[in-house]
Amino acid sequence: MFSFYLLTVILIISLLFFLLGYNRAKNLINSNKKNLHSLTHYYGIFCSLSALLPTLGVFFIFTICDDFIFAELIKEYIPDEVINSKDYNFTIVLAQINNSVEGLVFGTPPQWVTNAAEIWKSWVIKSNILTVIVCAITILTSGFLSYKKINSEFRSRNAVEKIVMTILAVSSVIAILTTIAIIFSVVFESIRFFALIPYDEFLFGTVWNPQFEGAERAGSGQEGLSQYGAIPLFAGTFLISIIALCVSVPIGLFSAIYLSEYASSKERAFFKPLLEVLAGIPTVVYGFFAALTVAPFLRSSGSMLGLDIASESALAAGLVMGIMIIPFISSLSDDVINAVPQSLRDAGYGLGSTKNETVMKIVLPAALPGVVASIILAVSRAVGETMIVVMAAGLAANLTANPLEAVTTVTSQIVTILVGDQEFESAKTLSAFALALTLIIITLGMNFYALHVVKKYREQYE
Amino acid sequence: MLCMLLKNTENNMNKKIINPEDATNIVKNSIVKRRSKDSRLKLFGRVAIGLAVCFLLFLFYSIFTKGYPGFFQYYVTLDINFDRERIDPKGDLSDNSLFDGDASAIVNESLFFIIEPKGRKEKKLAKKIVSSGKDVRIAKMVKDDPGLFGTVTKVKFALDDDIDSFLRGYIKRETPESERRISDKVIGFIDKLNEEGRISYEFSDYILSGSASGNPEMAGIKGAFIGSILTLSVCLLIAFPLGVATAVYLEEIAKKNRITEIIEVNINNLAAVPSVVFGIMGLAIFISIFGMPRSIPLVGGMVLALMTLPTIIISSRAAIRAVPPSVRDAAYGIGASKLQVIFHHVIPLAMPGMLTGTIIGMAQALGETAPLLMIGMVAFIVDIPNSVVDPGTVLPVQIFMWADFAERMFIQKTSAAIIVLLGFLIAMNALAVYLRKKLERRW
Repeated sequence: MFSFYLLTVILIISLLFFLLGYNRAKNLINSNKKNLHSLTHYYGIFCSLSALLPTLGVFFIFTICDDFIFAELIKEYIPDEVINSKDYNFTIVLAQINNSVEGLVFGTPPQWVTNAAEIWKSWVIKSNILTVIVCAITILTSGFLSYKKINSEFRSRNAVEKIVMTILAVSSVIAILTTIAIIFSVVFESIRFFALIPYDEFLFGTVWNPQFEGAERAGSGQEGLSQYGAIPLFAGTFLISIIALCVSVPIGLFSAIYLSEYASSKERAFFKPLLEVLAGIPTVVYGFFAALTVAPFLRSSGSMLGLDIASESALAAGLVMGIMIIPFISSLSDDVINAVPQSLRDAGYGLGSTKNETVMKIVLPAALPGVVASIILAVSRAVGETMIVVMAAGLAANLTANPLEAVTTVTSQIVTILVGDQEFESAKTLSAFALALTLIIITLGMNFYALHVVKKYREQYE
Repeated sequence: MLCMLLKNTENNMNKKIINPEDATNIVKNSIVKRRSKDSRLKLFGRVAIGLAVCFLLFLFYSIFTKGYPGFFQYYVTLDINFDRERIDPKGDLSDNSLFDGDASAIVNESLFFIIEPKGRKEKKLAKKIVSSGKDVRIAKMVKDDPGLFGTVTKVKFALDDDIDSFLRGYIKRETPESERRISDKVIGFIDKLNEEGRISYEFSDYILSGSASGNPEMAGIKGAFIGSILTLSVCLLIAFPLGVATAVYLEEIAKKNRITEIIEVNINNLAAVPSVVFGIMGLAIFISIFGMPRSIPLVGGMVLALMTLPTIIISSRAAIRAVPPSVRDAAYGIGASKLQVIFHHVIPLAMPGMLTGTIIGMAQALGETAPLLMIGMVAFIVDIPNSVVDPGTVLPVQIFMWADFAERMFIQKTSAAIIVLLGFLIAMNALAVYLRKKLERRW
């Protein structure tokens, strides 16, 4: 709340600087009886921006850094016997102290924790006061410096445009920062995971049975049972994706052919958006639908045929996921088929071929790279899809090719491991990051491959 | 087909010359086959689209039939004697005083008066007929209207979820007593209440105004709904300015060089990253490194903003590209600077397209679940969040959590929540289509 109030005050002050700059420019015009280089409001904007931006920078540095500095400083106040004890873990100790600071006390914490929390609290107050003082100094000095700059010679529009250009350039870097953040967050934890578990065991092991170290340590006969072979997860992901493709490729492709070649423009305008609705439905709704409607239906119809279908089967998840990715294939393929020049079709008709022959022998081969790319994109969507498999495919890491059994996937394991309480340093938690890394590599690889296919095999007609 | 035919004829011609009559016959015979192949392809196309539409309709049908009853539930009307001494012992209407009062006992007495249970065991069963939220309901009523004290008023109370399921027919009277969740005695009580005309089936006042609850009859979506609004506002406030700024920079300002190319490839790649990975990034960066609290809409909104950023950038760039160069040239011609051209002409003209893309991105964010699970918005939170730093949950996550509960009534409430969510998504998409149709200009 403190940061929120401080931020509001900073914004109000920079607004005041706008008025100051604006009035100064007005006064200059009135006293010199001569127009300035720029319009008056540019002087105001210049003043307020040059007051606001450095202050915001200072403010964010202070609010982000203080916790790190406190965390370093608090180490002084942890007694030696705690640090030297066998299961000392700084993250946990820090969490204990933070909880105590926020007033969340479970049982009676040791005396040193309460003391450290008191010290922490006093630091917070001090750092808040410091932040206010530094922010005030920055905003006032930079504001007044820019205010002083305003005279009849000053070209404020150019200055403002420079600032705005920089803001625009910086904001376009956010996309890169996001990518770096994703890679950073996943790769570092994965390296730590592979330090505990060799990568060949992870990539080629056939048993997936993660256990919390706490559970192992408790000595419930579970020691050394943890196994991190990801093959069952890859197989499950693969199986579900294949089922999804079996549903979506025929339906999507035939829909695309019909929409682009046979349908009237009215039909097309009605059905194309209708198919795209399928892509707009939240995945959690599909998951609910798969778990509560499709799976029981499959189970009951399976038992009528004498088949034993698990209540959480790969089939249910795959079918529903197939429905979800129909529009990815139909819409993209439809666009690609439409992009095939009419002259090719006309040439086909001119030779006396029927519509079927034109489509199958001329249009589809010409559109093939795009169609293949759309299918690859759909697969990458299926591999990365989470909620349907979490809700409908189950958690049992079976290594099976039988679609009637329960399987688990990479994404659903990530969710199960990372939702709820975690031990941050354990191999189980870290394994989720390694799984995420493989997931990113697979999906990005597919996307690159799709682009490559389009680039390499696309026919240039123009 | 035709090629083969030609080849065949060619081969035949080499061997022997066929007369024109035979040639016509060959073509005539094959044309039926070729035409039927053609109509088969058309049929396949129709069937495919029909199947897809059927799936869609079936999905909506199954959600609506399940969810529609979720907006309603069974109530029992009881005559409540609003005795101030007992409901509000301290007499100041404070939460503490109302908590100390025994409003539930008054409700139970009124219930016992009608169904007349005998002995302790029956009384214990009878108490469970009315939902456990009865004292809260009375406390709220007297707070809203203290004039109720001293009167005897008819008040409606929600019935327990098992009774509700029984009245809906999900729990059958014919099932042997040992196998159903409610006993014969309780069924007797309900019949008695029914005879007196005290049970009614009405629009549920919990579903829209209640919050997460372990009791399905009292669970509602208000908390999740507010959480969704807060999260989406954060997402919009971050993603829209950033997305538009990036699009403007890439389209209008940046020179085409390696750096801009890298940024472009980057944005396309981000659009392809699975949503759950954004959640992992939020967990590792915002929560572990920046030390932000879990479960708060602020972090959720930030993660969703980064996720929707590519959608907004890509559509904004398309919108900017659609503004014809002549508009820019005209502005330059009368002496505008580059930024004046951008801010006074290009952005206003591209705004409908940008807004359309933003709304579609927001609709995506509204339905997203997996990244929010990662940052802990899955916690069981009863309080309705007041600000972006209060722990909260969002509609899709609420749906995910309710879908896991075993009680029959939660299935209906989940479907009802899905109907609300889909309603919002449809409204947002309709708005996007409307904007595109009405405001977008063709040059």
